Order: sequence, then structure tokens, then C-alpha cells
Amino acid sequence: MATATATVERGVHAGAPKRGLLSRGVDKLGGGAVQVVMILIGLFWLVPTLGLLVVSMRSVAVNNAEGWWTIFTKPAELTLANYSNLLATGFTASFWNTIAITVPTTILVIGIAAMAAYAFAWMDFPGRDLLFLIVVGLLIVPIQVALIPMASFYGGTGMFGSIPSVVLFHVAFGLPFAIFLLRNFFVGIPASLLEAARMDGAPEWKIFASIVFPLGKPAIASLGIFQFLWVWNDMLIALVFANPDSQPMTKALQSQMRQFGNNIDILSSGAFLSLIIPLILFFAFQRYFVQGMMAGSVK
Amino acid sequence: MTERLDGPQAPSQDGAPSPRADTPKKFRLGPSPAIAIVFLLPAAILLGIWVVYPIVYSIFRSLFDASGSVFVGVENFTTIFTDRGTLVTIRNNLIWVIVAPILVTVLGLLFAVLTERIKWSTAFKLIVFMPMAVSLMAAGVIFRLVYEQDPDKGLANAVLTTVNDTFSSSQGYPDARPREGDASPVAAKDGGVATKQPAQAGQPVLIPLVGIKANTMPTNAAPALANPPPGGLSGTVWFDFTPGGQGTSGAVDPQEKGLPGMTVEAVKDGQVAATTTTAANGTFRFDGLAAGSYEVRLPQTNFTAPYRGLNWLGEALITPAIIGAFIWVWAGFAMVLISAGLAAIPRDSLEAARIDGATEWQVFRKITIPLLSPVLLVVFVTMIINTLKVFDLVFIIAPASVQPQSNVIALEMWRVSFGGGNNQGLGSALAVFLLILVLPFMIMNVRRFRREER
Repeated sequence: MATATATVERGVHAGAPKRGLLSRGVDKLGGGAVQVVMILIGLFWLVPTLGLLVVSMRSVAVNNAEGWWTIFTKPAELTLANYSNLLATGFTASFWNTIAITVPTTILVIGIAAMAAYAFAWMDFPGRDLLFLIVVGLLIVPIQVALIPMASFYGGTGMFGSIPSVVLFHVAFGLPFAIFLLRNFFVGIPASLLEAARMDGAPEWKIFASIVFPLGKPAIASLGIFQFLWVWNDMLIALVFANPDSQPMTKALQSQMRQFGNNIDILSSGAFLSLIIPLILFFAFQRYFVQGMMAGSVK
Repeated sequence: MTERLDGPQAPSQDGAPSPRADTPKKFRLGPSPAIAIVFLLPAAILLGIWVVYPIVYSIFRSLFDASGSVFVGVENFTTIFTDRGTLVTIRNNLIWVIVAPILVTVLGLLFAVLTERIKWSTAFKLIVFMPMAVSLMAAGVIFRLVYEQDPDKGLANAVLTTVNDTFSSSQGYPDARPREGDASPVAAKDGGVATKQPAQAGQPVLIPLVGIKANTMPTNAAPALANPPPGGLSGTVWFDFTPGGQGTSGAVDPQEKGLPGMTVEAVKDGQVAATTTTAANGTFRFDGLAAGSYEVRLPQTNFTAPYRGLNWLGEALITPAIIGAFIWVWAGFAMVLISAGLAAIPRDSLEAARIDGATEWQVFRKITIPLLSPVLLVVFVTMIINTLKVFDLVFIIAPASVQPQSNVIALEMWRVSFGGGNNQGLGSALAVFLLILVLPFMIMNVRRFRREER
């Protein structure tokens, strides 16, 4: 190591110092260009959402007359009328439906997946590795495959259109990722902790509840955020299985898309309402969000 | 190892026991398989009924007709590859798969490398990553707004027309024309308008035009001024029409407005001697023009329709436009993953190469990229799977009239089975087709996982 550093230093001093200066100069110039490019890219990513916010706070007439960017010269046109109109249309019901679908799904996925992940990580049973490989395989099954079969299954059992039918579909398709993520995390729990508990004769459910689950909190938090956002943002499953009484916000908004120009007041305010909670969650828990995403992308 | 009953998956083919296979051995007090079953049961039931059974059901259902009572063999699959509508969806998915993953991966790599050079990289990453938290439905609404055709409403065309107008100043009066007949001092010529008599300095040139529609009249047009300040060759271009029918043809009347932004040329012997542009009140003046008589003309460029941007939501551009929205959503994912990969690269090896005289590009090309290739592959494959399944963005952004041209397999599957098609045989076949398309990646995942566990 020492010799390597010495060579490096000698290399730097022996090398042309002029070139060092020059390249530093280039770096500075380039640095300025990089700043400008990055600011432009940042704007490119930020401005469309800003546009939605401004459009949602202007009347249809104003939106049809001029672009949202004129707001910088006419801030007085901002109004919350679209939001109060939206709430008067019964959009609140779909907001509560979104919550009634998302919260139980997230809790069920965490509970059921944690149990299975514990079994995969720390129990010995025949066929364990094969079963887990099947779970890995199920990670990317397109949900389209289950739409028709489950529609007829729900039709036969009378569940069609109910909130539980949507929740259970979400739970099942959330499980492979959840089991995969948690199992990989649980495997890292020190074996000595579990062994000690087992030696003491603690029952498995107790080890699970008092050791594995608490130790798994970081992974469970990542999974929870991810699962919550995934279900909150889903449109396809709701489109097929929810009816007008059980529909979440995404489906309620989708039904307004046909007359985009005329419904822009409802659509923009509804879309913004639907994304404000995910955004708050994202900014509050972005660390867990990023971790969950990296763990989930099959390293 | 001997007491393990893992069946065909026993990971001991190469004789090297895996660390995973070893862990249970440490458990002399491990629970019985019965307890394992209790822990697995809820997940097994849900996965069995909602995921595994539907795969089998869909495969069978895809072999029957729309009603589900007549066995038709592979007919639904032949329909997929012969029907013009579904062929368009396959073509579109192909475009998606070829274009989007590469763009997302390259942009993610670019952003990841560039964020290392700015101090506000955390803020930048948050901004670019933010669309990941937003529903594709909301992203769709956001981009419907961006892609609005009218440059006064859609941001994309507003930017394009602004850029365009910066480089060409013509205002655009597509309907403007001179009055017919001998009384008019000007006449149509070469697609433009020119004076009939040569003009000299000191004698204002009057160029009356008619036919302009009220909605194409520029908002900054001011009342026309008949006598521009003297000096040089000057004149007025105005809209020679007074609402209500009063006013004199060929004369500037009080209510008539100038035509701003009109390009005016002074021509001598077929050569353009000078060019100028009219002011808000329609007046123009050629400065520094040699004395003499000139033909004054308004070239054709004044009479072409103004640039209104691109028809993003039209048939031709709809798929690229939606891919743009997709990139907006996913570039952050790629950037964050690749950033993490970059952070894991040992700085020493990069420094060593730089000291050996390698240029930044060589370091990037020969060291960074090869070391990043596993992450790049993960991003790329994830994007391929996502593009194969793309649904929400197409459904929301494409207006109903162009949906047949922008259609993709996942959307067509929903459309034929639930969105009015009511053909669950073909729908099942499309779902199975989608499953077959992701199957190679499923196998890839499983194999990679087994390799890593070993």
C-alpha cells in the first residue's frame, strides 16, 4: 500500500504540472456547463407536475384561454374552486375507497409475507428451495394473466365489485416481491439469536413476533412504503374488479378522461389530490423507498 | 446434507454445499415441517388461487372461443398474428421494447455520472426520482397537459413555437391578401404581395391588405398610422377593413389596425436591397437605403401559416410521445440504481487509470462501464419487462381517436376482454402471449438467483 501511494505521488509530481492546471481549468468550465445542463434537466422533471398544480387551481375558462405559465404574470387567477367542486361530485367516496383498499392490502401483505419469509429463511422443510424459486419466478408474472380467471371466480362467488375482491387480488400479486424482499433480509439475522430462543424452548410464533419481526423493521418499512404506493397508484386492477361504489380515485378519474378538455377542472384537481399523499410519503420516507426498490430489483 | 429432502433443487450438483443449505444444520432444535406449513399456508393459498391457478386457467381458456364453449385450438393465437389491430399492438410493443429501455438506461447512467459533479445532487435525485411515487394515471394527466396541441395550452408546443419564433420572426398571416382590382396600390406576386408602382423615399408606401380573420389578428396590433415619421423609404402595412362597412378602400381609417411583424423587402432589379419588419402600428422604414426607386414587397413567408408546434397526440407521434412520458417516470429509477453501482466502484482503480494518463472518456469507457455492467443489465431488463406490460400511460395519454394506432398488448388484452370486446378467449390468448414474452426474463431471474445463492 505504502509503495503504491509513493508511486502515485511521484507520478503526480513527475507528470506535467501544466497539464494538471489545464485540465483543472477545463473542469471548471465543464463544471459550469454541467450545472446548467443539470438545472435544465431538473426543470424538465419538475415543471410538468407544477403545470398540473397550476391548472388544478384555475377555472376551466382560464385554462382554455391561456397556458398555465401565464400564472407568473397573473397570480390573482388562482382559486380553490376546482377542489371544492370536485369534493361536491362525490370524489371523496373514491378517496376513502382508495384508503380502504390500500391500508388493508399493505397490512395483509406485510403480515402474510413476513410469516412465509420467516419459514423460507429459518425453517427446514422438504421442497423449500424449489418453492422459493417458484416465488422468484412469480415475481414478474403479468397481472393480465389473472384478470379473466379471477373475474369469473369473483362472478361465481358473488365477490365481484367488492373492496375485498380488489384487496385480495392486490395482496396475492404483492406477495412474491414481499416474500422475496423479507426472506433476503431475514436470512441476515444472526443465527445465534434464534438458536438461543429455540434452546429456551420458545415457540416459533413467539420467535417470529418478538425477534424476527422487530429485527426486520427496516425491510418491513421499505416493503410497506412500496406496497402502499403500488396499490394506491394502481389503475388496472381497479378498472376490472371495482364497481362505481368501490372504485378508487384512479378509476374515478379515468372515467372522466373521455372529455379531457371539458373535465380538466375535475381531472387536474383529482389527479393532484391523488398524488399528494404518495408525494408526502415519498419525501418523508425516501430512504426506505430507495432501499426497497434496490432490494427488489433482483440484484 | 443427507437428511435434506430438497428434491430436484438440492443445490449440491457441483459438490460445493451452499451457505444456505448449511444454515438448517445449525438447528438441532429447528421446528417441524408442520409448523413451517402453518407459516406458509396463507401465502400459499393466496398465491395458489390468485396467481398459479389463473395461469393454468388462462392457458386453457385461450384455446376456446369468445363464449368459452367451443374448443378452437390455437385459433386465438393465429388471430393475434393475423388481425391487423393486434399486429399494430405487437409492432408498438416492439418499438417500446427497442427504444424505451435503452433511452432510460442511457439517461439513468448520464444522470448518475453527472450528479457526482454537482453539489446539489440530493435535490436533483429527489426531483428526478419523484415521478416514481406518482401514479401512472396522474403522470398520464400531467403529460396530456404537456402535449396539448394548442401552443397556448400545451407546454411542449409552447416551447417549440417560442424557439421557432426566436429564429424566424414572421408573424404569419395565412389569409391576408390585397384587394382585387386596379384601385389597389398593391397586387399578389410570387406568393407574396408587391407594390404596383416603384416607390421612393419621402412618399409613404401604403400596403392595404384584407381577408384577415379576427382570431388570427395579433394581439399587439395597434391602430394603423398613415404617415410614418419622415426620412428614408417608409410606409404602412395595415388591415384595410373597418367593421360595419364604413371606411375608404386604400386609405387608413381611424378604426383600422396595423399588421405588426410583417417582413418587408425593398427590391431593385430583382435584388433585395434591404429588409425590415413592421411595428405594432404597421409602419416600416428602410434605414440607410441608397436613394432611388424600389419595388416594395411582402415576401411569401409572411403568408404561410404560423408554426403551431407538433401534433403530439396525433397518429404519427403518439407512441414517441408516450415513450417520453415513460422516460420521465422511470429515469429516476435507473439513475438511483446506477448511482448506487457507481458508489460501489473502488475509487483507487479510477485514480490509478487517470494517473496512468487515461482521459476521462477512456476511464469511463474502459473501467466504469464494465464495472457497472451488472447494474446496467438489471435496469435494462427491468425496463424491458415494464415496456412489455405498459398499460396505464397508453390508456390515459392517447386520446380515444388514436388509441388504435398507439395500442399495446396489455391494453388490447383489457380492451378485448373487458373494455367492450367481450372476447375472453382472445383476451386469454393475449394474456398468455404476454406471459410467454416475459418468460425468458423469469427464467433469467431464477437462474441468477440460484447462482447468487450458491
